Amino acid sequence: MFDKLKQNNVKEALNKQDSRETPMISTASLPDIVLMLLFFFMVTAVMRETNLLVEQRLPAATQLTRLQDPTLVSHIYIGKPKDTQRFGQTELIQMNDVFIVPNQVPQLITQEQEDVTRLTVSLKVDRRSKMGLINDVKRKLREANARKINYSAIGEQH
Amino acid sequence: MGFAVVLFLKINPINTMAKRTPMEVNAGSMADISFLLLIFFLVTTQIPNEKGLPILLPPKRNIDDPIHKVKDRNILVVLVNAKNQLLVERAPMNISDLQQTTIDFLTNKGHNPAYSDSPAKAIVSIKTDRGTSYDTYLKVMDKIQTAYNTLRAEHMGIPLTAYLAFDFEKANSTMKSKYKAAKEAYPLRISEAEQSSVGE
Repeated sequence: MFDKLKQNNVKEALNKQDSRETPMISTASLPDIVLMLLFFFMVTAVMRETNLLVEQRLPAATQLTRLQDPTLVSHIYIGKPKDTQRFGQTELIQMNDVFIVPNQVPQLITQEQEDVTRLTVSLKVDRRSKMGLINDVKRKLREANARKINYSAIGEQH
Repeated sequence: MGFAVVLFLKINPINTMAKRTPMEVNAGSMADISFLLLIFFLVTTQIPNEKGLPILLPPKRNIDDPIHKVKDRNILVVLVNAKNQLLVERAPMNISDLQQTTIDFLTNKGHNPAYSDSPAKAIVSIKTDRGTSYDTYLKVMDKIQTAYNTLRAEHMGIPLTAYLAFDFEKANSTMKSKYKAAKEAYPLRISEAEQSSVGE
C-alpha cells in the first residue's frame, strides 16, 4: 500500500519535471522583504511629534528650498482650531502641542535651542490665515533674534 | 504513596520532552506580523518633506542705528490691502504681472527713471494689512523670489529649475563662485514695512 503511494509520488514528481509545470512560488522570503521595507521606513521616517490642533492647508509656491537640518528646525503652526466648539473660530498659534500667544514665542524658542541664530523657524500657516497674527509672530521672532524663517509650502508646477 | 506521585509527575514531563522531536517554529505568520508592524509605522510616521520659502528677518532694531536714505526710484513699493488687491508703484496690478515688473525694475540699470539704478541698489518693499490673506502674501513673495531666481539663474547661465535644485555644499568650485557672483549681482533685498491694521 505504502509502496504504491510512494511509487505514485515518484511518478508524479517525474511527470511534473517532464511537463515543466510552474512550481508554487515560495513565500518564505516574504517576511524578509516586508522586514526590509519596514526598516527602510523606520530609517527614513520620523515620528509625528506634535498633535496638530489647528487646521493646516499649506499654500502653494514655486521657489521652494528644502530645509537643511531637521534637528535645527522648530515649528510654529498657525491656523483656525480644529475643535471650534472648544477653542473658537479665530486663528491661533500652536507650538509644542499647546496654544500660545505671540508674547510667549521668544521664551519657547530659546527653550528649544540655546543658540537661536542657528535655528530655522518653520512657519506652518494655513493658507486662509490673515497676516496680522503672522506679523506679530514674526516681530517676536525678530526680537528673539531667531531670524531664519521658512514659510512652509507645497510645491507647485511652474 | 504521595511521594511516589510527586516523583512520577516530576519525571514524566521530562521523559516526554526528551522523546519529542525538536519542534520547528512555523514562520508562516512572520509575514503577517511584519506587515502589521509595517502598517503601524506607516500610520504613525511621516516622511520629512519640509519645503518652504526661506526668508531672513532683519536684525533687531536699535534706536541709535543710522537711518539709511534710499532714493525713491530704487524702491519697488508693493502694497497688498485687506481685499488682497495689489498696488505696485501706485498703480493697481495683477499678481501674475508682478514677476515681470520686478524683473524690469531690477534690470533697469538707470534707463527708466521710475525704476532702479542698478540691481545691487534695488529694494523691494512689501507692505500688507493685518487683514491680508497669507495665501496672497506668499504668492507675492513667491513672484518676487521667482524674479530674483530667474535673474540669478540667467547670470549663472543655467535654467531656473537647475538653480532651484542647486546644492551649494555638493557643487564644484566653479559653480560655487558663479553662484556667489550671481548672488552678489542680484542681492535679495526685500523690506517688509510695518503693516496697517485694516481688515482684521
